[in-house]
Amino acid sequence: MTRYIRRAAVFCALLLFALLVNATRVQVLHADAYDDNPANRRDTIARYHQPRGDILVDDRPVTGSRDTGEHLRYERTYADGPLYAPVTGFASQEYGTTLLEHTEDGLLAGTDPLLQPLPLWNDFTRSRNAGGDVVTTIHPAAQRAAYEGLRSRKGAVAAVEPSTGRILALVSVPSYDPELLSGNGAAARRAWARLNADPDRPMLNRAVRQTYPPGSTFKVVTAAAALDAGTVTDLDAPTDSPDPYTLPGTTTRLTNASRGCADASVREAFTWSCNTVFAKLGVTTGLTDLTATAEGFGFNEEGLRVPFPVARSTFDTTMDRAQLALSSIGQYNTRATPLQMAMVAAAVADNGHVREPYLVERTTRASGGTVSAAGPGQSRRAMYPSTAQRMRDLMRGVVEEGTGTNAAIRGAVVGGKTGTAQHGIGNSGTPYAWFVSWAQGDGDAEAKVAVAVVVEDAAAGRREISGGGTAAPIAKAVMEAVLRP
Amino acid sequence: MSKAGISLATADPPTPTVPLPRRRGIELALIVLAVLLSVYGYCAVGFARNGSVPPGAAGYGAGLGVLALVAHLAVRLRAPWADPLPLPIAVLLNGLGLVLIYRLDLETPGDKAAPTQLVWSTLGVALFIAVVLLLRDHRVLRRFTRVCAVSGLVLLTAPILFPPVNGARIWIRVAGLSIQPGEFAKVLLAVFFAAYLAENRGALTYAGRRFWRLRLPTGRVLGPIVAVWLVSVGVLVLERDLGTSLLFFGLFVVVLYVATGRTGWLAVGLLLASLGAVAVGRLEPHVHSRIETWLNPFASIEAGEGPNQLAQSLFAFAEGGLLGTGLGLGHSVLIGFAVKSDFILATAGEELGLVGLSAIFLLYGLLVERGYRTGLALRDPFGRLLAVGLAAIVALQVFVIAGGVTGLIPLTGMAMPFLAQGGSSVVTNWAIVALLVRLSDSARRGDGRPAPGGSGGGAGS
Repeated sequence: MTRYIRRAAVFCALLLFALLVNATRVQVLHADAYDDNPANRRDTIARYHQPRGDILVDDRPVTGSRDTGEHLRYERTYADGPLYAPVTGFASQEYGTTLLEHTEDGLLAGTDPLLQPLPLWNDFTRSRNAGGDVVTTIHPAAQRAAYEGLRSRKGAVAAVEPSTGRILALVSVPSYDPELLSGNGAAARRAWARLNADPDRPMLNRAVRQTYPPGSTFKVVTAAAALDAGTVTDLDAPTDSPDPYTLPGTTTRLTNASRGCADASVREAFTWSCNTVFAKLGVTTGLTDLTATAEGFGFNEEGLRVPFPVARSTFDTTMDRAQLALSSIGQYNTRATPLQMAMVAAAVADNGHVREPYLVERTTRASGGTVSAAGPGQSRRAMYPSTAQRMRDLMRGVVEEGTGTNAAIRGAVVGGKTGTAQHGIGNSGTPYAWFVSWAQGDGDAEAKVAVAVVVEDAAAGRREISGGGTAAPIAKAVMEAVLRP
Repeated sequence: MSKAGISLATADPPTPTVPLPRRRGIELALIVLAVLLSVYGYCAVGFARNGSVPPGAAGYGAGLGVLALVAHLAVRLRAPWADPLPLPIAVLLNGLGLVLIYRLDLETPGDKAAPTQLVWSTLGVALFIAVVLLLRDHRVLRRFTRVCAVSGLVLLTAPILFPPVNGARIWIRVAGLSIQPGEFAKVLLAVFFAAYLAENRGALTYAGRRFWRLRLPTGRVLGPIVAVWLVSVGVLVLERDLGTSLLFFGLFVVVLYVATGRTGWLAVGLLLASLGAVAVGRLEPHVHSRIETWLNPFASIEAGEGPNQLAQSLFAFAEGGLLGTGLGLGHSVLIGFAVKSDFILATAGEELGLVGLSAIFLLYGLLVERGYRTGLALRDPFGRLLAVGLAAIVALQVFVIAGGVTGLIPLTGMAMPFLAQGGSSVVTNWAIVALLVRLSDSARRGDGRPAPGGSGGGAGS
């Protein structure tokens, strides 16, 4: 019997051995594949097990984390959620992340390898780093001024610092409270459904993700192109421009909202926003030069990120002369984001330099140590410095005596350009009111802020829509907020 | 095996002339170590979860310590030559099981299982002490051969009268307590198999007709045992207690093989097992789905229904990796309702890692090995077969459930001995350890006294 007992014992030993081999297979050989299986919730649980890092505006967090005690433990909270939604985006347990919450997710969630004290340290300790903080370039007073300026109107504001490209304000109205989407319960699902069904699209970031026909604000680009190309040498010389202007090769007649545009000088035409003069000027300057200048400002550029992607602003490169005439006054296929138009104004204010806009000043560990800091962004020349100088004169004229007097600020030099953009089939839509501007305090060595405001304003009567009347006061409030010591 | 007919002439170990050391001191030291390890685990959970020693740590340690010490005193008093390993191993596994269940209780605030488990563990230790104190000689059990068979079958069939729980009819509920009578039947049928086979070894080995190379015993000899076995397996299939039916099958084949030394029985057993498995797998939807899940544990994920229990269990093991997440820091609770019972090993695998899991397997392996060693050292065939049967029960239990939750074999419900939530299982396994202690005491006593009742000795002694 002894022999058979031994054999039975060996059999049991083999069973045990099979268990050990199989455990090694599961826990070591296949472990990575199992860990990476999307149905494995451990990564999600670990992700929400610690509070998320914060997004800071002027050293004050505009985000927070709430301990729910649930399985996915920490939920995102937002201070002034609707105000900063176009900057922060949302961080939802159910619907993922957007905007800064998305592009800086690794840092905020603590998974970014840059947060590790030593390479491979976390692989060894199995720990997660505390989430780091993201310090934005946003100027809280400017942001609030823009948001409150728009109030219940539909529209967007983008403001940048011309000398650096720092984004000072990014506002889109109507907005939403990202906190509604933070959790994973029924309330979050209801909010998600409601926000997505809303025809006003509150989750659309109009400042960077929506393009509009820029209307007369595009005359800044046309004028700069004409000056750079030498089409215009004397701003005060009368131009040979008919009123109305028949678009080349067509019988379509272009008219003006202002009087006295026939043969007006470029300065007068800019100040009073004469369509006829600039349509003709664009045609005279030509598609090649106009395209070069527009692209110098950033039109047609793919892949701009601030760090989240910005919609591409377009200037058509294959047009006949009639289409070019319309494009020169910001109609036809020309479309721009508010941020793009703020960059146009900033380039004028900064001697023709276009600075790449950015929203993240620096990122830090939870302990405060800097992880990364914004360096000098890429800069390129959109126009000659002499052209920029003359463009500043033109824009100052608009505010001092033209269509943009509503933007004038005591104790500061302000330049601007109004716009009223037709859109819709047969221009049937309520026009968009635009205002782009920059401001330089009397004591300042350089312009401190450039801003673009667009108001879609379906509520106001059509006649009242004008850049000077509707959009300029908002721009003024934003500029004042930045200039205020 | 070529001289199968004279295999019984194989020499058993000679009777030792010098008394073996009793090694009770070693047992005590190991028990202290086992209790300390359990308390350490308990504290580790507390530190991981709240950064402090859990409030019940002292009570937990004292409770476990007192139970273990009383058991040790009983052994010292009535089984002084017993193997010093089984009791500390049982204490450590039971203690670790309580830690794991306590740890999972933290995730399920509405469902506290650890206190109940502690009560059952106490009952188990009480049974252990009772067996060690009252059962002075294991050969007494041979008088109860038929009682064991009948009561075993009654216990197995009883749950048919009660409603099924989670698809299996293996529970009976009395006054708020749910008992799995099939668990107790394990020991009873092991005793029956051992006693019956020890009695009829000669007839099983030599009598009967030759059939090809296999010599079939007469139906009169084989009949009762095959009947008991068939009924038990049949009943379990009806109750959908697949793990236990697998266990009985394996136990029967192992004990029959050891009793007769006939490899042919293994072949017949395997053939029957394959036929049964194929038939059940084809016909029974419950089993069929288990096999499907085993073949492709992630099918439900691909079908968009989320991970099933086996997939969650594999995720837990994988998360543990080599060193584990640390006690209290895993997420095995994602497995769902059976996490404290059938799937308790996944928590051990996730939080203690492959290292901890291997240690647990080796503890079981050691317990099984001590059982076989006792079998080898004993003189009487009944004792030897009983020791082998008990060791095989432990080994098969571990293999069936551990293999199931790690995806080695199709999953069949079964409790991990001592670790899993389940009162019947804990009590039964304490009874198994008690019998092993009693058997090893006889084996190591080495006084060579003749077996009372005489017929047992076998050719070798």
